[in-house]
Amino acid sequence: MKRLFLFLPLIVAVGIGVFLFAGLGKDPTKLESTMIGKPVPEFSLESLDDASRTLDTSLLKGEVSLLNVWAEWCPSCWDEHAYLTYLAREKGVRIVGLNYKDQRENAFRFLERLGNPYDEIIFDPKGRLGFDLGVYGAPETFVIDADGVVRYRHVGVVNEKVWTEELLPVINKARGNS
Amino acid sequence: MRVLWALLAIAVWFATPVQAEVADVYDFSSRSEEQRFQQLISELRCPKCQNQNIADSNAPISEDMRNEVYRMMQDGASNEEIVDALVARFGEFIQYKPPVDQRTILLWAFPAIAAIGGFLIVVGVVWRTRRREAREQGLTDEDRSRAERILSGDQDDQASH
Repeated sequence: MKRLFLFLPLIVAVGIGVFLFAGLGKDPTKLESTMIGKPVPEFSLESLDDASRTLDTSLLKGEVSLLNVWAEWCPSCWDEHAYLTYLAREKGVRIVGLNYKDQRENAFRFLERLGNPYDEIIFDPKGRLGFDLGVYGAPETFVIDADGVVRYRHVGVVNEKVWTEELLPVINKARGNS
Repeated sequence: MRVLWALLAIAVWFATPVQAEVADVYDFSSRSEEQRFQQLISELRCPKCQNQNIADSNAPISEDMRNEVYRMMQDGASNEEIVDALVARFGEFIQYKPPVDQRTILLWAFPAIAAIGGFLIVVGVVWRTRRREAREQGLTDEDRSRAERILSGDQDDQASH
């Protein structure tokens, strides 16, 4: 019995080690979305292209889409844009843009220079929908299923690794279910 | 010396306007409302610039969150409703004080568990040491009478050993 007690510090140390090691690879700046499994919050916002057209949640129903939160002022959005364009053109992914806290002319300049992979762009200059979605930094990309329910959120740049390892599996699952 | 005083005066002059830039943007009907606002925004954590509360952070998202806190306060929402509304969007991460529930009970109870555990260990160690000392140092009646005989110079006892 006494012998066993001598091993107690070792057991405690190994326990703490396992616990801490599990947290080591995690990126603390990537927060889990609270929206997973919930429908996209109600909104009524202008289309970026045409101020007279009002968009609402029906935009995100009917097929699985990516909802990409972007802005001209966001440097990482410039980085990921080429890959989003590739996804839309080559992989046939429907991407809806959420132009977040931006100005129309800046957003147009951005799209002129880099191309427009978006099926439709929601213009959210005050960041109202972004706030309801819990967006805390562009770029963020949500996977929305055909019922308009949020399935996944990725914070940061979308690239090939993110696409194959995170987004595609979720999209395939969402497509399979609906 | 006069130069020093002048420098100090300049330093004070420049130092004063730095503080409390956040609260000035909002209008409150009473001092207590303002204190409530300050309390709320100091307890909420900025999701972008982690380890700053939304009172100190200049990130746009913190500004939005402050605006939302203010707006909900004007609408008559309770502190709990305000915190819940923000947690619903940004997650429990933004609460510096996690709520006490089944998942967090261990977290909350840990200091007490550690203190009680430590206390029990100390008590155990002390008790065992006392018992051992008593066993090693304590004299039985037989020891005592033998010692008395030795001290009184009884040769028989010494000889027999």
